[in-house]
Amino acid sequence: MLDSKIPSGPLAQKWTDYKGHVKLVNPANKRKLEVIVVGTGLAGASAAASLGELGYKVKAFCFQDSPRRAHSIAAQGGINAAKNYQNDGDSVFRLFYDTVKGGDYRAREANVHRLAEVSVNIIDQCVAQGVPFARDYGGLLNNRSFGGTQVQRTFYAAGQTGQQLLIGAYQAMERQVALGNVQQFTRHEMLDVVIIDGKARGIICRNLVTGELERHFGHAVLLCTGGYGNVFYLSTNAMGSNVTAAWKAHKKGAFFGNPCFTQIHPTCIPVSGDHQSKLTLMSESLRNDGRIWVPKQKGDKRKPNDIPEEERDYYLERRYPAFGNLVPRDVASRAAKERCDAGYGVGTTGQAVYLDFKYNLINKYGKAEANKQGIQNPDLDTLIRLGKEVVKEEYGNLFDMYEKITGENPYEVPMRIYPAVHYTMGGLWVDYELMTTVKGLYALGEANFSDHGANRLGASALMQGLADGYFVIPYTIGNYLADDIATKPIPTDHPAFVAAEKEVADRISTLMNVKGKQTVESFHKRLGKIMWEKCGMARNENGLKEAITEIRELKKEFWSDVRIPGSVNEMNPELDKAGRVADFIELGELMCLDALNRNESCGGHFREESQTEEGEALRNDAGFSYVAAWEFKAEHDWNLHKEELSFEVAKPTQRSYK
Amino acid sequence: MKWSEMFTSSVGKKVVMALTGIFLILFLIVHVGLNACIWANDGGKMFNAGAHFMGSNIVPRILEIGLFAGFILHIVQGLMLEFQNRSRRKQGYSVAMGNKGSKWYSRSMGILGTLILLFLVVHISDFWLPNRANQGFLLGEEIDLYVKMREVFQTEWVVVLYLVGCISLAWHLLHGFQSAFRTFGVSNKKYLSLINTLGIAFSIIVPLAFALMPLSFYFGWIK
Amino acid sequence: MEHYTMNLTLKVWRQQNGNTPGRFETYQVKNISSEMSFLEMIDVLNEEMIREGKDPIAFDHDCREGICGMCSMYIDGRPHGPWQQNTVCQLHMRAYKDGDTIVIEPWRANAFPVIKDLMVDRSSFDRIIQAGGFISVNTGSPVDANAIPVEKNMADAAFAAAACIGCGACVAACKNSSAMLFLSAKVTHLALLPQGHPERRTRAMNMVAQMDKEGFGACTNTGACEAVCPKGISIENIARLNREYLMAGLTSE
Repeated sequence: MLDSKIPSGPLAQKWTDYKGHVKLVNPANKRKLEVIVVGTGLAGASAAASLGELGYKVKAFCFQDSPRRAHSIAAQGGINAAKNYQNDGDSVFRLFYDTVKGGDYRAREANVHRLAEVSVNIIDQCVAQGVPFARDYGGLLNNRSFGGTQVQRTFYAAGQTGQQLLIGAYQAMERQVALGNVQQFTRHEMLDVVIIDGKARGIICRNLVTGELERHFGHAVLLCTGGYGNVFYLSTNAMGSNVTAAWKAHKKGAFFGNPCFTQIHPTCIPVSGDHQSKLTLMSESLRNDGRIWVPKQKGDKRKPNDIPEEERDYYLERRYPAFGNLVPRDVASRAAKERCDAGYGVGTTGQAVYLDFKYNLINKYGKAEANKQGIQNPDLDTLIRLGKEVVKEEYGNLFDMYEKITGENPYEVPMRIYPAVHYTMGGLWVDYELMTTVKGLYALGEANFSDHGANRLGASALMQGLADGYFVIPYTIGNYLADDIATKPIPTDHPAFVAAEKEVADRISTLMNVKGKQTVESFHKRLGKIMWEKCGMARNENGLKEAITEIRELKKEFWSDVRIPGSVNEMNPELDKAGRVADFIELGELMCLDALNRNESCGGHFREESQTEEGEALRNDAGFSYVAAWEFKAEHDWNLHKEELSFEVAKPTQRSYK
Repeated sequence: MKWSEMFTSSVGKKVVMALTGIFLILFLIVHVGLNACIWANDGGKMFNAGAHFMGSNIVPRILEIGLFAGFILHIVQGLMLEFQNRSRRKQGYSVAMGNKGSKWYSRSMGILGTLILLFLVVHISDFWLPNRANQGFLLGEEIDLYVKMREVFQTEWVVVLYLVGCISLAWHLLHGFQSAFRTFGVSNKKYLSLINTLGIAFSIIVPLAFALMPLSFYFGWIK
Repeated sequence: MEHYTMNLTLKVWRQQNGNTPGRFETYQVKNISSEMSFLEMIDVLNEEMIREGKDPIAFDHDCREGICGMCSMYIDGRPHGPWQQNTVCQLHMRAYKDGDTIVIEPWRANAFPVIKDLMVDRSSFDRIIQAGGFISVNTGSPVDANAIPVEKNMADAAFAAAACIGCGACVAACKNSSAMLFLSAKVTHLALLPQGHPERRTRAMNMVAQMDKEGFGACTNTGACEAVCPKGISIENIARLNREYLMAGLTSE
């Protein structure tokens, strides 16, 4: 039933062959075809711009007040590309291999290889758009290394790479808006897909300013709506990031792939109290220069700078000598949790570890800078001063951000960090062409499940979002639309549009009419707590089963006791939030179901039942080398479809970073 | 872009302000230089020689027309900009931002300019108008401006008024001098700091020199 | 950091929508932790108001880490509140002490009409970018990224300008409601890079024309914009924009 449409032929030739044989739409016909793009992050903005440039009539939707606000903007560290500018042995194959391995052999080889191939074009494209990547004194691009790899292939713009890339894509899209090829709808939230004769033909969305429901037709619909990490309430996602668009598509027939695959990022600022509304990431790139440690002594309450070197446990360097502080995210996160659970955590809550820059500030940067300036036998203060200047240039904005939030100066005191939900590898199941199981409905970027397997390597999300939008969808969508050139735009008074809008309106009025006592936020917090405790960094059968029961109860309670102030026909942020939380609750159940089904540990998914004696994740390739694609049937009822994964080139091995 | 567009856009209007401003600054240099001749303390001989040249030679008299044009353009454009800019925020703030981020005088160019304008009216009717009237507005006989100065600056309130004019001019220049160069596009920090220093010096020295003139007569420091 | 709690009085601008007049309402918030962010403090107030059956305060916010540019509050006479180079979402309550009164207003400018309470419509910024804030290059196969070296100083300066988050604090702070700092950041970013050179003249011309059309005022170099910019965008960029504009005017046909 699941056809991933992977082209035949050798892995490295698949994409080239596909492009050579794919159906094309001639320019005159492109102008007759309308494409809806939901979400304007890296995937959405790049897709809208590229399709507009090709001549398609594009309508782009976002719930924020401007496309430039999409949460891709918050990505800090960088974007990978197999350019091998550093002459350190990188290649398309290595990027492919690292990504498949980093994803713990749960990604589709063909997709990942394509991603590695186009990564090179992305950098060229972005530079041409004016993305100000970091450069060396010779004027050429600079690179840094990132977790899970041993080459320097990450391009960056200080700690604001996502912002710069998004602005590039946003500007390209705004240019198409000016040219009339793209129509932009801000403060609009998609609330349903309209399906006619088995094909996605449009969307119903709510104008968040007026509260009106609108119908929009499109020959194809692209969901570029990001991930669903906010199901955990606390995550590094933006407050508005949500699963609603993807979830509506899921309920209309799009299968959901690997929903339980969640990335817990190891370096976030720890929770400070119940009031916390979100968590802030400290870029993984900090692990290049920061050393992670906890005191060797349990419950050591001394200040970090008072703990002498020999009483510190640099546990990542101890456990994983080959990769040290640069192990992949899932490994680093679990190791932090292990130390904290064992009672070695620091800070008031005990749920934190130190990320310390002092050593590299002095020994790496300070000494290098002293050498450069010809200072003989510099004293410690000089080294610290010189080192600080370099660190400031590399990470200044991150250090400032840390200080604003915590009130502590990370140049002086080690940062306190703890893992937090960051990214969801799972998402709508898509085939090689990025089409979901609903014809004409595509999912791009974090919204799909495809490229990162069970764990995403750092600096790969930006790469995937832009690859999908700039270089994949412009080809693959033609293959579908070529057969659709005779289809006239369907008027939005078609019964399917009317029915879909009514469904949406009914749901909104049901929500408004609950008129209960509890706030949307309080339900969201409770859902997040269940998910974090029972479907978070470590999962087990009992916990997951309990979680499913609790979530079902929570759902009932939500629909009978939620309170939404205000009315429907106005700007009503609480109503927007209520719709999103209602969907998160349903998604939470599916995530637990998926986690329960996958009785193995792989990547970010750690089942306590499946671990080695040393506590490392233990994969079960014989039983679970598949993508779990869930089909929605009815409330609390899903069908599991399996897409078997075959690894012809990157043969699965136990991941080792020791 | 047509010339008209170039000078009527928001940036263009500022260019007009900067151009006329710099022109008026140049005029101030000539004016203060010439008037400083009173301190030769020779009973106005040197001063009147200069004044006579300015009033009776055809070249400065033609330039004078340009000067008036410059004044009028600067004033009209300035007032229009002030009113237009003020109208860009129909609903104001209840807590004003005040000096959190900008200097009061850079926000008060309109008011300072208006004060200078009022001063200018008095100033012109004190000296320029009687003199030109005497000349029949052509190249006729001039009055003795040195004597006129001594006469005018005997009245207390006039001296105070002139001081107010000079102080307003100082603050106006303090912002205007460097702002004009920014409008012309000087963005290099090295040059900007030079211009800032120069601007501060100019805004202090020139108005101070002007202010000392009525005081010198009033207190009889010069004959 | 030493942690403490506080009680505060808030005076908040409330306005149902763009067509109805607004007014200030006064609220008391209690037991606010110094570790909360400013927006979390508003969250607490909103939760309480919902429970009491009142309409919560609408405000724009999204990333809550100072990068999306959505949050926009004018607090006690300063956009984004008292801290330097900061957005509202990064402002933390340790900036206040027990008993303080805080006045919160929306961005005010004709070009930023109020949508509801503290939310304003900043779509004029998008239209300014549409007028020319881009490099006209289609997706495809441009030259290799390293084919054109860019002087490090230029690249760094371009980056510093490109750090603009489009929040509009510059407009909110400017006595003329001018958007020149926003424009100049974009014009500088693109003018300093060789890739942006071919369009630098028309870009400056068209963006300024659009800014005027949107109803922003003219720049009078007061520097208030720079002082409140959360990303420290320098006012020197405005001078550079002026130069680009003048060159465009003088060299165009």
